[in-house]
Amino acid sequence: MNWLMMARWSPYVVGIGIGLLSCLAFLLSDKPIGCSTAFARTSGMLERMVRGNKVLEKPYYRKFVPEIDWEWMLVLGVFIGSFLSAKLSGTFAIQWIPNAWAQVAGDSVLVRWSVALMGGIVMGCGARWAGGCTSGHGISGTLQLAVSGWIAAVCFFVGGIATAMLLFKVILA
Amino acid sequence: MLKTIHARKGLQLLIGLCIGIAFGFLLQKGGATTYDVILGQLLFTDFTVVKIMLSAVVVGMIGVHALCSIGLTQLHPKPGSLGSSVLGGLLFGIGFGILGYCPGTVAGAVAQGWLDAFFGGVVGLLLGAGLLAAIYPKLDKAVLRKGDFGDITLPELLKVNDWVVVIPVALMISGLLFWIEKTGF
Repeated sequence: MNWLMMARWSPYVVGIGIGLLSCLAFLLSDKPIGCSTAFARTSGMLERMVRGNKVLEKPYYRKFVPEIDWEWMLVLGVFIGSFLSAKLSGTFAIQWIPNAWAQVAGDSVLVRWSVALMGGIVMGCGARWAGGCTSGHGISGTLQLAVSGWIAAVCFFVGGIATAMLLFKVILA
Repeated sequence: MLKTIHARKGLQLLIGLCIGIAFGFLLQKGGATTYDVILGQLLFTDFTVVKIMLSAVVVGMIGVHALCSIGLTQLHPKPGSLGSSVLGGLLFGIGFGILGYCPGTVAGAVAQGWLDAFFGGVVGLLLGAGLLAAIYPKLDKAVLRKGDFGDITLPELLKVNDWVVVIPVALMISGLLFWIEKTGF
């Protein structure tokens, strides 16, 4: 079982595995893999704790009811699976800021966390605006040859590349 | 048989969890839960993310369409519009470039101990998704319905059998991956 303890697998082995998982999700659950609705539902659940049941009347939460569903369990699974993989390979470590960020932007935790928070807000809004994320559109949408998936996936990377280039080659350089 | 499995709610949650565990395990082993790898892709210095995504698409595309052809499943393409897919996609991309994780990999990054993925990523995603829910009624009318094209697929658009698109797309992606390997990325 040495391979379970390896820190990295070939990206092609990983990709083929994810492709097979997509087939399994269609076969066993009649669903494509996706991750971003879990965040929308959780956000609704948290808001409901603060503001009560009137949150459920919001048109968005009528469409995406704040409850634990298949996709929510999938994201919980991603957390568990990644933890197992990191523990088995010994790569689990508390890391306050990523290395690639620290090399260019310095090692202030507050700066990285604030920037990441802004990025997270924009991405969370964008994911539900577009109706999916890198999994739901980028993998599941494109593999179904959905027009929405291909357009969204291209826009994800156009926006992502332009922003990363601007951030790393202009603003932080 | 499959319909009875699909109808059992508790079992479905368990299947979702198991598929998620395998998905998270693979993402972490592939390096896709690491900020440096994702940023490397967006800056064209590391092609790991593209290699993972494109090989997943080739295998999944052939597999899912084969399952459809033998009647074991059906496609569930999402609806889209220019206002939703293009503007939302670009907005997602901007956030993606700033955060350096996506909604799936951010959960995996937290699980390997990366704190910026939690305090920036997860908290931000929850706030962003909540914000979208708050503006949804107005946004839906003003933007999301603009340039609506529905849940159409490329083969439907071209009015051809699915396989007429699946095979050339699979060949083109495989060719692109060979080219990426050959040029040494």
